Amino acid sequence: MTTATAGADLRARQDKGRQAAQNREKWAQVRTYISAAVILVWCLAPAYWMVVTAFREVGFTYDTTPWPTHVTMDNFITAFDTSFGNKFGQALLNSIFIGVTVTVISLVIGVFAAYALARLNFRFKYLVLGFILGASMFPGVALITPLFQLFTNIGWMGTYQALIIPNISFVLPLTVYTLTSFFREMPWELEESARVDGCTQGQAFRRVIMPLAAPAIFTTAILAFISSWNEFLIASQLSNEATKPVTVAIASFAGAQPNQIPYTAIMAAGTIVTIPLVILVLVFQRKIVAGLTAGAVK
Amino acid sequence: MATELGPTPVKQPASGGTDLHHAPKGVGEDNRILSQGKWASWLLAPTIIALGIVIVYPIISAIVMSFQKDAGLDPVTGLFTEGGPAGIQNYVNWLGQQCAAQGGGTVACPPGTLGGQFWTATGTTFLFTVVTVAFETVLGFWMAMIMARTFKGRGLVRAAVLVPWAIPTAVTAQLWLFMFDFNGIINKLFNVSILWTGSEWPAKWAVIIADTWKTTPFMALLILAGLQMIPAEVYEAAKVDGATAWQRFRLITLPLVKPALMVAILFRTLDALRMFDLPYILTGGANNTTTLSILVINQIRQGFNSAAALSTITFIIIFLVAFIFVRFLGANVVEQSGASGKGKK
Repeated sequence: MTTATAGADLRARQDKGRQAAQNREKWAQVRTYISAAVILVWCLAPAYWMVVTAFREVGFTYDTTPWPTHVTMDNFITAFDTSFGNKFGQALLNSIFIGVTVTVISLVIGVFAAYALARLNFRFKYLVLGFILGASMFPGVALITPLFQLFTNIGWMGTYQALIIPNISFVLPLTVYTLTSFFREMPWELEESARVDGCTQGQAFRRVIMPLAAPAIFTTAILAFISSWNEFLIASQLSNEATKPVTVAIASFAGAQPNQIPYTAIMAAGTIVTIPLVILVLVFQRKIVAGLTAGAVK
Repeated sequence: MATELGPTPVKQPASGGTDLHHAPKGVGEDNRILSQGKWASWLLAPTIIALGIVIVYPIISAIVMSFQKDAGLDPVTGLFTEGGPAGIQNYVNWLGQQCAAQGGGTVACPPGTLGGQFWTATGTTFLFTVVTVAFETVLGFWMAMIMARTFKGRGLVRAAVLVPWAIPTAVTAQLWLFMFDFNGIINKLFNVSILWTGSEWPAKWAVIIADTWKTTPFMALLILAGLQMIPAEVYEAAKVDGATAWQRFRLITLPLVKPALMVAILFRTLDALRMFDLPYILTGGANNTTTLSILVINQIRQGFNSAAALSTITFIIIFLVAFIFVRFLGANVVEQSGASGKGKK
């Protein structure tokens, strides 16, 4: 009988202990969800506000109703309207052209360097890696002055090549070190296995290495394109009305009244510029995060 | 007999095999390092040449330019003067905030001119850098700690933090300019009436807040990647040993995440020191929000050579900060991104 009560007592105490632990666990979970909600609001609220404003009638620019009201598509039409001197459509094409060209050039050049850095042993490897990393951290202003003078002298101001070449200075290093860390993680033994199984070197490369490297190259291409797409400093100085990219166009968006900033149209333009990137980033989220953080850890 | 014979024939070819396998491989490796070096230089050549053209050439040419006088109208005579070697005069002018004076000498630049803004711009740049990086580190660390936990919707949070990162800075600047408008959502939300871009400290805070919003995700993701490298068993063992949550954070998380954290802070610091887009669009550099980069850009059209001197000074400042980080604070970028097998500091 005493043993029975002692057993019940013990069980009750255990239950209490378990319940306390469960409560603590539950609280930790609740705190996690509250924190997660705070992060979501902090990251998304400004972007949400941009989209809501983009769909709002001009007369209600400063309306602060938190949900979409006075919904209209007019701002998107205004954004492309050229009558106030904005060339947003042209700027979009310019950005796409510059971004694609810079990405392709950087990838074609960078893929060889990344292969060497990831796969080969040679002297000065760390020196080269350090140089490339240093180059990616390089301040744009240190390049702009001599380039400004050079391009003025040779009549390249406002040309596409004057915008593409400086972009390579920061997109290429980014490409090389992102690809290097991707390549380092790849199962290269498979190449040798394929050779053992009778593939030629070319076949091994085409059938085994290419399919494995394709996602890495694709992710790097997205990162390269985004960084070129977002460039502002160099473009703001070296482009002209006809060649300026979207970032410059959005920064100097003119409205019907000279003293009034056409915020709804700017938000519409911003939405157009941002949405494709956000979709791309969300779809390839895992790969992008891996590529972004590739240089920093491992 | 069978037991004795058994292992011997098996062992013999095996050891012979490894010997045979090892000897040529060792020899081959020597050859391969030589040929690998040759291969590597061919593969690296395009990148090195390209970076030489787009980075090394402009740096050298900027340094050469910075020792030249700017051609222009003489302020005294009103005549066009040719350039020519200037020695370190351009640097002296910036650092001493001196401007060309009547009669050929130099005087302290009058307030409002570009020449008189060097030290305030340097101060502003460092203020922005220190404050934004501090905010981003604390906020980013907190975000990373949350994202490292397991909960439903973790993928959603991880995707959401990429949104501010993906929005171009020029758009971010316009978006925050709109939100910081006198009639905008921020004044309405916090029930204040601040003219954000109208005076010094609100303008500075506007830049700091917008930059923190835009760049914290990058920091958080880098720190998260570092956190995920810490094996869960370490925490389990510490828990069994009775370590409190704070002890686990201080004694396990912090030291183990430190290499990744230092690299993240280094990246962000160097990026913040060259800050341009955000203050340029958000405040136009007004109310003492002119950073060194903005000052260079404003100077370009008033004289290349003087601008080149300023951009070289900016470059040296950034280089020194990077050097201090790598040398004294142990941010080992190359090793971090270098050989994965190599030991970490």
